[in-house]
Amino acid sequence: MSGDSDRKLNAEEARLPAGMSRREALLEILRLGGVAAGVGGAAFWLSERNTKPVPARPEQARRDHRVAADAQLPQMTVVYYPMENGTATAAREGEPRALVQQALENLGGIRRFISRQDTVVLKPNIAWDRTPEQAANTNPELVAEVVRQCWQAGARRVVVTDVSCNEPQRCFLRSGIQAAARAEGADVILPEQRLFREVNMNGIVLKDWPVFGPFLDADKVINLPIAKQHGLVGVTLGMKNWYGILGGARNRLHQQIHQSLVDLANFMLPTLTIMDCYRVLLRNGPTGGDLEDVALKKTVVASTDPVAIDTYVAKAYWNLNPEDLPYLQMAAARGLGTVDFEKLAVKISRLSLKAS
Amino acid sequence: MARSRLPLFRRISQIFFLLLFIGLLIFTALRPTPGAAGDIEMRAPVRLFFEWDPLVALGNALASHSLYRGLLLSLVILLPTLFLGRFFCGWICPLGTLQQFVGSWHSESKRGKRRIESNRYKRWQTIKYVVLIAGLVAAFFGSMAIGWLDPFSLLVRSLGLSILPAFNYAVRASLWPFEHSHIAFVRSAGEDLHSALQATVLDFRQTHFQQGVFLGVLFVLILVASLRVTRLWCRSICPLGALLGAVSRWSVLGLHKDPVACDRCNLCLLHCQGGDDPIGGVPWRKSECVMCMNCVGSCPHSGIEFRFFRKEKEILSPDLGRRRAVTGLAAGAVVVPLMRANTGLGKDRNARLLRPPGALDEPDFLARCIRCGECMKVCPNNALQPTLDQAGLAGLWTPTLVPRIGYCEPSCVLCSEVCPTGAIWQITPREKGWVVGVSQSNSRPVRLGTAFYDRGHCLPWAMATECIVCEEWCPVSPKAIYILEAQVADASGKAKTLKQPYIDPGRCVGCGACEYACPIQDHPAVYVTSIGESRSPSSQILLNPK
Repeated sequence: MSGDSDRKLNAEEARLPAGMSRREALLEILRLGGVAAGVGGAAFWLSERNTKPVPARPEQARRDHRVAADAQLPQMTVVYYPMENGTATAAREGEPRALVQQALENLGGIRRFISRQDTVVLKPNIAWDRTPEQAANTNPELVAEVVRQCWQAGARRVVVTDVSCNEPQRCFLRSGIQAAARAEGADVILPEQRLFREVNMNGIVLKDWPVFGPFLDADKVINLPIAKQHGLVGVTLGMKNWYGILGGARNRLHQQIHQSLVDLANFMLPTLTIMDCYRVLLRNGPTGGDLEDVALKKTVVASTDPVAIDTYVAKAYWNLNPEDLPYLQMAAARGLGTVDFEKLAVKISRLSLKAS
Repeated sequence: MARSRLPLFRRISQIFFLLLFIGLLIFTALRPTPGAAGDIEMRAPVRLFFEWDPLVALGNALASHSLYRGLLLSLVILLPTLFLGRFFCGWICPLGTLQQFVGSWHSESKRGKRRIESNRYKRWQTIKYVVLIAGLVAAFFGSMAIGWLDPFSLLVRSLGLSILPAFNYAVRASLWPFEHSHIAFVRSAGEDLHSALQATVLDFRQTHFQQGVFLGVLFVLILVASLRVTRLWCRSICPLGALLGAVSRWSVLGLHKDPVACDRCNLCLLHCQGGDDPIGGVPWRKSECVMCMNCVGSCPHSGIEFRFFRKEKEILSPDLGRRRAVTGLAAGAVVVPLMRANTGLGKDRNARLLRPPGALDEPDFLARCIRCGECMKVCPNNALQPTLDQAGLAGLWTPTLVPRIGYCEPSCVLCSEVCPTGAIWQITPREKGWVVGVSQSNSRPVRLGTAFYDRGHCLPWAMATECIVCEEWCPVSPKAIYILEAQVADASGKAKTLKQPYIDPGRCVGCGACEYACPIQDHPAVYVTSIGESRSPSSQILLNPK
């Protein structure tokens, strides 16, 4: 049975080609020709595009956010609460805010640094999963006050961000900075992988590195480091805080840490550096953990000179000189600032403790 | 007479519990509320499904002679099953729902006669009772390996460690072309969509799990199998289904078949989920029925319904038979002692088996861990990974810290919070003792192990190059890594002073941050081994640890 039907089918098939009209045949040829032309065209086009895959060309921009110097105004300021019998009184809410207010006033007010419609990026240290008392991250009140002042100066957008070492969500949360900055209306951006961009930093050791996008899109950048001890360098202050704009394998930077620090400082020139010395991590930095390592200094130092401020703070709390910290001398030699902070105009203010 | 609406209600219930399950699984992650401060805790009741699970509770009770926190909730399922039967399997269990869903994709081979035939009761459906007996006996002997097959354990492990990470990858990969478009509008739309997804379903960052492909394929195979035979996994293997089936023998609710109405149209069989012979003429098999109500809904003569306190011929218990029962007993009774007599637990433990903080000592740990993967899913650093052979064969898929992938975050105790069985006993950040500083906490900190240097790989030790990133990252205070200045000679023979790191084993907590941060990524110069872990009294180095 099946054999019969097969034979019949074959006979029908044999007749079929003859049944195709000229018009149908022509259309068929056209269809096939169209597909062939399409495939061929695409193949030639793709073949033209054949180049060895290289990473996207990195951006080439040094970030200079400095504002014009003003001979009438000091280049650095130190604001502090007095000690009682050699030790600071217990920490009090509002004190970091008052210190920052005075510091900014001494330097000529926030409006000198922030213009209307500026996108301001604040770079506190939010590297570690620590609370404010442990002094491994910048004081949240200090950050909040700078956010508030930026809004006052008419900023269009105020961003608070950092590329943490520990798990970022924990760092932003437990440092208290996320809550404090958001309460003042800042845009708190966590370091998401997709927001990094490849940048040619034009440094001596730092060439192409992924840099966190918000830092590249800023009109003004304010560095908000905290003063801490550091095993390899001795101290981690303002310039070391720029580690937190980088992605990638930052753990390699330690191999030439002084040159790396200078390369970073040469790439990112901040509008202003406001150093948190309210609590200073004297030992076991930069992570700390033990409250025994923390000294309550109730001080804020601010400067337009990123080298001078590091030099001053290293001397003030660790008695380290520029000879002990090669990166300072190298940065000065590169023209990024001066290590002779004594020659700068420095305004020192002493705030009075409010009665509790 | 109108068709019964019970199948519709069942479907609504199934969808609700499936969505609840997936929602809780997505929330089994570090997702801080905006504006929150202080310690981080789980807010969603992510353990819920495990706490409902009578199999986990029974195993936990057999192995630990107690019930861990929250497992009392399993009575909510167990006691109603005693009265009503296996409603849980048909109405709640998300793994059952997924299989039923996949099984409902009608394929040619499943239609009609073949499907009816495959839905008749089969003797192999008793395998699950053998599995259950073996698992419970194993639990009694101190191995909760039954967790390999517990439905929630299987689901969380498969979805959490394989399917969801793959989903995350696929979404991000699909968004990439939009986010990098040359057209500004497309770019910003892509970025906004990404942010919106990130705030809801996506993880903060892409996770990666060892054996992820394997776990995913196993899961897909289970679903594909249900295309061939309806709920094959439920019917043949699921030990929770077996437990509920065994309990349901006393239930007062059961299937009433009207012998007069039945004309053997087989429609009830066509839609039967449990394989319990709902058709007239043969006795109903109570222990197999998952109460899906499809037979009630599909009978054209309304000849089937569920009734209380009926008196009808039925088969109460599984036809296990003495031989199969003994097989199960023997399997559980022989295998665990055999494995325990091997090395790896009593002697010669794996050096790289680093258990999460709060984990009990290894025998107690294995007696409780159900290999569900909740701890691995929740770990914010992706540090916890399923073991392959590190914990021995019996410890397959238990959690181990892999510092190359992630270290243990100092103040984080989320894994101990989500563990449903107390294998990782719930601890507070203060009890963990890494937050306040070792010297300040009154009790000793939890230690996962101890770090050691491989000086042949270490930059300052072997290559005359500055580094000590490990010291920077060390989270305890005083730091467990101390540094000494040393004179070395570089390749040209020039003298050079640099800092070399050392470990203080009395202070090291074994978090793995040093190993994670070491720039020698493939073969780190500092690595953590399990010696000195605080959970084990025998695995110690120091005579008098601080």
